[in-house]
Amino acid sequence: MMAKYVTYKDLPLTPITTVGSEANKTGGWRTFRPKIDHSKCIKCYICWKFCPDVSIRIGKDELPEVDFDHCKGCGICANECPKKCIEMILEE
Amino acid sequence: MVKKVITGNYSAAYGAKVARADVIAAYPITPQTQIVEKLASMVAEGELDATFINVESEHSAMTACISASQAGARSFTATSSHGLLLMHEMLIWAAGARTPVVMANINRANGPPWSVWADQGDSIAQRDTGWMQFYCESNQEVLDTMIQAYKIGEARDVMLPAMVVMDAFILSHTSEPVDIPDQEMVDGFLPKFDPEYRVAPETQPYGFGSLVMPDWYMEFRYKIAEAMDLTRERIRKVDKEFEETFGRSYGGLIEFYKCEDADAVLLLAGTVASTAKEVADEMRKKGKKVGVARLRSFRPFPYEEVRKLAAAVPAIGILDKSFTFGYGGAFACEVQGALYHCRDKPAIKNYIAGIGGRDLTPEVLEKIFNDALNLRKGKHAEIEWVGVRGLGGL
Repeated sequence: MMAKYVTYKDLPLTPITTVGSEANKTGGWRTFRPKIDHSKCIKCYICWKFCPDVSIRIGKDELPEVDFDHCKGCGICANECPKKCIEMILEE
Repeated sequence: MVKKVITGNYSAAYGAKVARADVIAAYPITPQTQIVEKLASMVAEGELDATFINVESEHSAMTACISASQAGARSFTATSSHGLLLMHEMLIWAAGARTPVVMANINRANGPPWSVWADQGDSIAQRDTGWMQFYCESNQEVLDTMIQAYKIGEARDVMLPAMVVMDAFILSHTSEPVDIPDQEMVDGFLPKFDPEYRVAPETQPYGFGSLVMPDWYMEFRYKIAEAMDLTRERIRKVDKEFEETFGRSYGGLIEFYKCEDADAVLLLAGTVASTAKEVADEMRKKGKKVGVARLRSFRPFPYEEVRKLAAAVPAIGILDKSFTFGYGGAFACEVQGALYHCRDKPAIKNYIAGIGGRDLTPEVLEKIFNDALNLRKGKHAEIEWVGVRGLGGL
């Protein structure tokens, strides 16, 4: 995004973004990575509802999946999961 | 052209009307309330085609104005004192987002102790927000400056908000004859607001005010500094164009009254200028050559004009109706800062006066002028609070 800007003169006068915030990959901020055990998942989608970064998608077989490009590893999904089938694993 | 006898508050309301404000969001506060009451009535009666947004605070009023501006609407609000202080966060946002909102601020002292009377402490406290600040001397100037403020701020290479400032009660609630210019003339002078980027269904989507990393934040702030510097020339130019169209000029950034041959000049802003000019006339009859420099624009600060003045006169008294605790008056700080690099500096003294609505009578001003005339003769205080009981002095 910023690559085409060389000096301050190249910037738009108004601080705007021309792309959505999806373009800003924030997955690198993560310390812990959520791992969903689909065998225990009851598809209640509480993880999807609580994720503050909209990083839970509903994927194959209507099971929740994590968008690792944007998930910051906050662990709210793991905390809220009623079946405790989301584990937070240290990124290495 | 219609000539009406109206208050400063109504002048601001008529200013918003002839400037065709699209969105007005405001919260009432003494002594500003009449502005938004009048505008609400104009909208309700169908005299003004605008959206009036009732909000629960000044913070929200400014937020609504910023959002409206980002949608391409010309927006207006009015406030005073504590209302302005509550807006502080969003004032900085308005400038950073480059939304040319225009706001009337009625100069009123900050509490406590509680006060509703005039001083400049509220607007001076917003010096660093990135807003232009224009101080007015008459109701006519309030209306005219509103039109000018939109024209200056909305230029695509400026895009900065502006505050039109007037003294509580002395202008806000005092009636004077005011020319309300014909709508066609204002339309000819002030083009429609046409920002390059706006929230609009027909354009590509934009994200406003999102995060920028440290490697580019400074560049965005520099762009504000650059635009603000550009406004100096624009203010002078728009003042000239305004005179050509409407027949009235206010001197651009600063108005010089009988300064050319003066032995001492009093630099000040707002309505106290009218009294000071009268006093200067009277003193000149007695052979005392004094003049008045009326600061119209505090931001941007007219350092070039101030340097010219300093080169021409031996003494400058600076009258501040506000105080930045821990040093001095804001005008004095700026003037002295502007003169540091000049070789021949005049004698300078800062007079702190008229705080919290304390009357600045001709007698008080004559004392200050006489004191300023003596600055060259010996040692003097750098800063003096005028009329404080128990201090002695002026």
